[in-house]
Amino acid sequence: MKLAYYPGCSGMGTSAEYERSTRAVCKALGIELQDLPDWSCCGSTPAHATDAVLSAALSARNLTIAAKTMAQSGATKFTTPCPSCLLNLKTARHHMAEPEFRAKVDAILDEPCPPIGQKGEEPLPDTYSVLQLLVEDYGLENIKSKVKTPLKGLKIAPYYGCLLSRPPKIMQFDDPENPTSMDRLLEALGAEVVPFPLKTECCGASMGIPRRDITERLSGRLIETAVRYGADMIAVACPLCHMNLDLRQEQAARAKNAVFDMPVLYFTQLMGIALGLKESDLGLNKLCVSPTQALQKIGKEVSA
Amino acid sequence: MDSINLEAVRDEDFLRTVEKESGQNLSRCYQCGKCTAGCPCGPAYDMQVSQVMRAIQLGDKQAVFEAASPWLCVSCSTCTARCPNEIDVARVMDTVRHMNRREGGKHPTLNAFWDSFLKTVRLSGRAYELGVMALYMLRTGKVLTDMDLAPRIMPKRKLPFVPHVIRGKAAVGRIFKRFHDLRMDG
Repeated sequence: MKLAYYPGCSGMGTSAEYERSTRAVCKALGIELQDLPDWSCCGSTPAHATDAVLSAALSARNLTIAAKTMAQSGATKFTTPCPSCLLNLKTARHHMAEPEFRAKVDAILDEPCPPIGQKGEEPLPDTYSVLQLLVEDYGLENIKSKVKTPLKGLKIAPYYGCLLSRPPKIMQFDDPENPTSMDRLLEALGAEVVPFPLKTECCGASMGIPRRDITERLSGRLIETAVRYGADMIAVACPLCHMNLDLRQEQAARAKNAVFDMPVLYFTQLMGIALGLKESDLGLNKLCVSPTQALQKIGKEVSA
Repeated sequence: MDSINLEAVRDEDFLRTVEKESGQNLSRCYQCGKCTAGCPCGPAYDMQVSQVMRAIQLGDKQAVFEAASPWLCVSCSTCTARCPNEIDVARVMDTVRHMNRREGGKHPTLNAFWDSFLKTVRLSGRAYELGVMALYMLRTGKVLTDMDLAPRIMPKRKLPFVPHVIRGKAAVGRIFKRFHDLRMDG
């Protein structure tokens, strides 16, 4: 399996451990990642909140590079680990199906974007999350067969965030309100998945800087609920969710007048542990809330 | 709620432009309130989502543009997923802030954050997290923003002290320049 790969900017900074563990896991599974040469930022929330055309153009530059990369390398699909990048890249392609909108986007690009159509040498590709391709294309049975250290004894709250499955018409992945892909993946790794009811409730997204009160309230509720459901940790698939739940965990605790000690791991880090990869390849030391104590439960008999 | 004089406030063009730019048929909204019920930002809103939708239907541009809510929308698309009339409500909220911005509307902290972020993209081709923080502090004067996070994140050695500058940064810069020159940014 060969995939064209877009890491996203946060992978170069705050979500370095997501980036590192994604690469390590793909390598261990025999999935080859072909990086987009000289990729640029998709514009994230700031671009789509500012203007739809600007946002689509910033994504279109990367989709154009992705089309070329796929044609040259033989990669079959285009993927990114980051849901925010995913949303912008998918939305740009979706909206550019409208000729009037596409003309506006093409007008601010150096060269017009390749056509979206099925045929043609370098059609504009659709984008998929790493999670989606692991679950749907690589397959859970395949993953299960490679597990060396089952995560037995670990209770995990699966948190998907908003964007992996919403808006449903654009994302076309799993159920918009009750996705189960990550649940099934974690179960394939041997973990116990708690019936977390806030799987797709917003964490506060990028309000952390401009309106911290919103992030504190929403993230605090997520962590409180994970505690209430007896979770040892929360698993995430999004750098921004991770930032709000891990880096900003003390802020949320102060606002809730509570004390939290809830490790938040990327699902790729948990995959890496189950696949028996080296800790240094998974960036566990980059997490603010240490997972060490929780991870010691792996393989231990749980007393009733 | 205050009474309004529809003849005085109704701006048909505003309604039609929101519909055209968002690609949504606003007359499908029958005010069931599902969007408001599920909105995670509702408690922070001065005008609930369903009220924004109603005000757009009425063509009450002033009320919509003066509301803080469309700026505060986190685009989680819960409203979109739940709308029984299949209106992409989150896209409508996004469209409203695009239109408001083109006419000079701004939110004091959100626009400062977005503009700071986009400036780092324009300059280097990629978003640069420490740069976004520095620019945001400069723009807003809120120099102590997230200072409590510094001792948590700095020892993790994840944040580079210089931006990643890509070879194609000029191409990215030209996207912003054309966007500005074609007056798409208002």
